[in-house]
Amino acid sequence: MNKTVLIGISALALAVSACGRKEPPAEVPPPVDQSANPPGTATDDSVDLVELPAMQADLVAKAGSDTVYFGTDESSLDAQAQATLAAQARWLLANQSVRGSIEGHADERGTREYNLALGERRANAAKEFLIAQGVPAGRLTTISWGKERPVAVGSNEEAWAQNRRAVTVVVK
Amino acid sequence: MKPLIVALLTLPIAATAAAQDTGPLEVDVVGGIQAPMAVAVPAMPSAGGGDLAVGRQIAEVIASDLRTTGLFTPIGPGGIAGYSYAQASNPVYATWRSAGAAALVSGYVENNGGRLTLACYLFDVTAGRELARQGFAVNANDWRRAAHKCADLAYSRLSGEQPFLDTKVVYVAETGPKNARVKRIAIMDSDGSNHRYLTAGKATVLTPRFSPRGDKLVYMSYQGRRPRVYVMDVVTGQERLLVPGTAFTFAPRFSPDGRQIVFSMASGGNTDIYVVNSDGGTPRRLTSAPGADTSPSFSPDGNQIAFESDRSGSQQLYVMNYDGSNQRRISFGGGQYASPMWSPRGDLVAFTKIGGGAFRIGVMGPGGGGERLLTNAWQDEGPSWAPNGQFVMFHRTTQGSGNATLYAVSINGGAPRRMPTPVGGSDPSWSPLNN
Repeated sequence: MNKTVLIGISALALAVSACGRKEPPAEVPPPVDQSANPPGTATDDSVDLVELPAMQADLVAKAGSDTVYFGTDESSLDAQAQATLAAQARWLLANQSVRGSIEGHADERGTREYNLALGERRANAAKEFLIAQGVPAGRLTTISWGKERPVAVGSNEEAWAQNRRAVTVVVK
Repeated sequence: MKPLIVALLTLPIAATAAAQDTGPLEVDVVGGIQAPMAVAVPAMPSAGGGDLAVGRQIAEVIASDLRTTGLFTPIGPGGIAGYSYAQASNPVYATWRSAGAAALVSGYVENNGGRLTLACYLFDVTAGRELARQGFAVNANDWRRAAHKCADLAYSRLSGEQPFLDTKVVYVAETGPKNARVKRIAIMDSDGSNHRYLTAGKATVLTPRFSPRGDKLVYMSYQGRRPRVYVMDVVTGQERLLVPGTAFTFAPRFSPDGRQIVFSMASGGNTDIYVVNSDGGTPRRLTSAPGADTSPSFSPDGNQIAFESDRSGSQQLYVMNYDGSNQRRISFGGGQYASPMWSPRGDLVAFTKIGGGAFRIGVMGPGGGGERLLTNAWQDEGPSWAPNGQFVMFHRTTQGSGNATLYAVSINGGAPRRMPTPVGGSDPSWSPLNN
């Protein structure tokens, strides 16, 4: 009987047609910013945001801070945040050659995708305030880091308060 | 780059008749946690008495797979005797009864010319009869897949559920400290083998999700400091921006037919849900309520989309028709609810529940009833279904360190099982069944 089984396996082999998955490339693909997107598409370097550390330091020195803070699950700007943003707006108006990327962050107590939305909400609140202070909207962009970039690593209220923030990053 | 082919072979004795036989040997996966069934998995002989190593390795993979289901206690291959090639399809039941087994997975391996054939048999030891048989032919290097198929045969026949063991997992591999974490997309077999990285870690990446055929991923990347959704071909590594331009897009998932991708786009402090053809085109807006509408997930028939929204003032689960009509809230259990994912069986929606300072994984019916929480830790989030709708994978974050680890839990209860990743992991996506 086992002989029969063996013959049967060979005789009744049915190749499954829809199984053309191939072995993956042996090497890790190149870094994503060298990807296959051709020049001129939206992932071209022309839309990338490049940081300017010296100018960033100047913003912090002149405006007092590049960061404003928020309450839990909040995106409203308190008096201190408004004062900081007003000083940032004066610096941006005095430095016309650069742009601001307003980067919103959330603490770790929200779920990943909600926090991405929350970070955008915070970045937008800061951006709108800067625009109201006279900074041209075309010089400002927003991005959200959600909970991906904490500055304080604890799991406590003090750390969370530092992480609920919007940072004005000077870019070219 | 050889094609990976699993040929399904019909073994000559009427396997279909055996498979349709609803005998007494069934594990109950509906009625809660049962005592696991003892299944003997001895080392398999080789046809012609050749190399025995692969037959033992295959039995080890089968035993490991069966253990991970939580329904079986495998016996062997270590510590029990093997059997002869002649006994592969004609077992000495008394031997396995005395070993304490209720069922037996046996078979044999035939290896010729770089191809490996696994003949897989399942027996009811107590009743002394065959329950199922199937042959699997693979490239010899892919012997693990033949083992997974054999384990799926046994699992499926004994549990009455669809197979899920021959699957992959894609996730975000995490290394480095909490404030400088490196995140790379990684892919592995669902038992942790064949692990490799798909991105290099220069740009932060989030939420990779399989296409319904498992050949593509959709995910979010911060490359160029612009967070946006990309589609990647798993085989070639080629990637493509989903929505041209600099719009902030995130939370992507494929539709069940793979032809569309539903995602969130945020602008001006407002996040809405859009859908776009997976090969490009103009996104169509599905929601417009003020607030954060995100984490969309299609129903398996493609007719509805579950999502979360804070339009009521707190994060809650909603369901809408595929065109955005008839948006209605389904979560009313107190606390907040996030990241819904519709079961591939359609009968449940898995979610993250936020309350009491913790995140827990739970399931409820798509109409909102029958909520059950499956986990209890500080922070469990991001559920992803096994293709048979019986298990949910998620990631658990440790308070303080922020280190994240993948776990899988049965929807029927029991302790979550830690997934074997070489580094920390988050945002898992369980693949469809390999073909």
